[in-house]
Amino acid sequence: MVSDVILEAVDISKRFGEMVAVQKLSFSVDAGGSVGIVGESGAGKSTVARMILGLEAPSSGKVTACGRDRSVPARSAAERRQRGREVQIVFQDPYSSLDPREPVGQGLQRLLKLHGISNAAERRERAAALAGQVGLGMRQLGALPRELSGGQRQRVAIARALAPAPQILVLDEAVASLDVSIQAQVLNLLADIRENTTIAYVFISHDLAVVRHLTDEVIVMRNGEVVERGETEQVLDEPQHEYTQRLRTSIPVPGWRPRRRITEVQDA
Amino acid sequence: MRRMLRSIGRLGIACMVVIGIIILVAIFSPLLTPENPNLGQIGDVYLGISVNHLLGTDGQGYDIFSRLMAGSRDSLLGPLAVAFMATTIATVLATLAAWSRGAVDTGISAMTNVLFAFPGVILAILAATVLGASLTAAVFALTIAYLPAVTRVLRSAAVTVREQTYISALEIQGYSSFTICVRHLIPNISALIVAEFTLLFGFSMVDLSAISYLGLGTQPPHSDWGVMVAEGQTGILAGQPGEALAAGITIFVIVLAFTLLGERIAALGGVDYRSTGSWLSMRSPRRRIMAIQSATPEAEA
Repeated sequence: MVSDVILEAVDISKRFGEMVAVQKLSFSVDAGGSVGIVGESGAGKSTVARMILGLEAPSSGKVTACGRDRSVPARSAAERRQRGREVQIVFQDPYSSLDPREPVGQGLQRLLKLHGISNAAERRERAAALAGQVGLGMRQLGALPRELSGGQRQRVAIARALAPAPQILVLDEAVASLDVSIQAQVLNLLADIRENTTIAYVFISHDLAVVRHLTDEVIVMRNGEVVERGETEQVLDEPQHEYTQRLRTSIPVPGWRPRRRITEVQDA
Repeated sequence: MRRMLRSIGRLGIACMVVIGIIILVAIFSPLLTPENPNLGQIGDVYLGISVNHLLGTDGQGYDIFSRLMAGSRDSLLGPLAVAFMATTIATVLATLAAWSRGAVDTGISAMTNVLFAFPGVILAILAATVLGASLTAAVFALTIAYLPAVTRVLRSAAVTVREQTYISALEIQGYSSFTICVRHLIPNISALIVAEFTLLFGFSMVDLSAISYLGLGTQPPHSDWGVMVAEGQTGILAGQPGEALAAGITIFVIVLAFTLLGERIAALGGVDYRSTGSWLSMRSPRRRIMAIQSATPEAEA
């Protein structure tokens, strides 16, 4: 039986001491699908990302990606590399996600070598192709991260995540630190990549407009718990839960006049 | 390279020149000494400064300038060995602790705490008792004495790097821990490793001189600057402080050069060792750790 589900989380919870970061979250993503996880800061979104990647083991529950349990460490070097070809991530902060001492092109080529491209000429070609895919030129490939702008660094981070041709890409607030025009470019880039490959996205954001642009399904989280989930359009157009409504009305739009402060809503 | 020199500043370059000269002198001292440092003239006791004796002679008629040059070898080799061994071992321990976290980190921290309890000179006296008084014994004792401080300082820096997302990104890509540590983690604390090496060189030169002064370090017929300060004591009592003064000032200048240079190198890595107090407070590992923790990783430029 061939399953279409490529990423599955079953009842995953994460506690840090007394604090519950994520409470019994379940979701699945189909191959080529795209799921958004939204919520305010501290809702547990990034912890979910870290659990999907295996950087953090769930306190209970299980994450399966490409049929492999991510909550246990890799058993061999080969498995470790194989995992790299299954799930990749683009982190929020492009200022800490690149090694300050490594020219970005060199980093990409080393990665390609790690993932089995042994021919140096072929690696150079692939690195240049990856850079082209995210809109970076050869000049930027020779640069150190500090010589690049925030937007360029984030493109490098995306190129790096795409280098092993992963089946799942986790984007943890990947455009939040970019200014609006570059955000749009990067989002279009991500949409293009999705059209041309069977990659699945887990898109973590607090920005509903961005989520609408890129996802089919959305999960709304608050204080580590799911408050609402469903098809993106539906959830965002006709939010059922009052927290989602509040998230939606807190987006400034042209002509927006904050007449009253949004009162702290009592917990549901 | 040019940018590195510029950011190290004039003071840093001056320190490097002083250190460079003394290293050259140490290497070529047998060729350079104007007089035989181990052959005194009975009649030439306590001669003043002259063309023949640039710094005069000591109580045994030895030429002080030549003896300073001859003593530079042991005076530099000791601190070099201490600084090299302590920073190398500390780098390995700090990387292990920061990388593994958990039990390994706790174990290494506990070990450094125990070692912290022993002052260097006490350890050196112990080593001299067990192994016999020699420069080697003193070097081993000081290496052990400095190890915990350097390990802590470097661990603190390594932990900061460990928490950067680029390290997580490399893990997710499937690189081995060893590759990540050697190719990414250690290079990103390399400025601090060099800074610690340099500072340690200065600190241990003071301590080794003190140990030699006590007669537990360099043994005759070898001589270093600490021994010269001790021998010069009789001169001070006789109203002839030339020998002790010459050796003392040499130690002071060289140690100052190493300390200032160490601070400048740390600044290259974005850590301001002066930020938590005076030059003297750099000797405290706690202060150095505070400086590392208050530094922003992006400060590297």
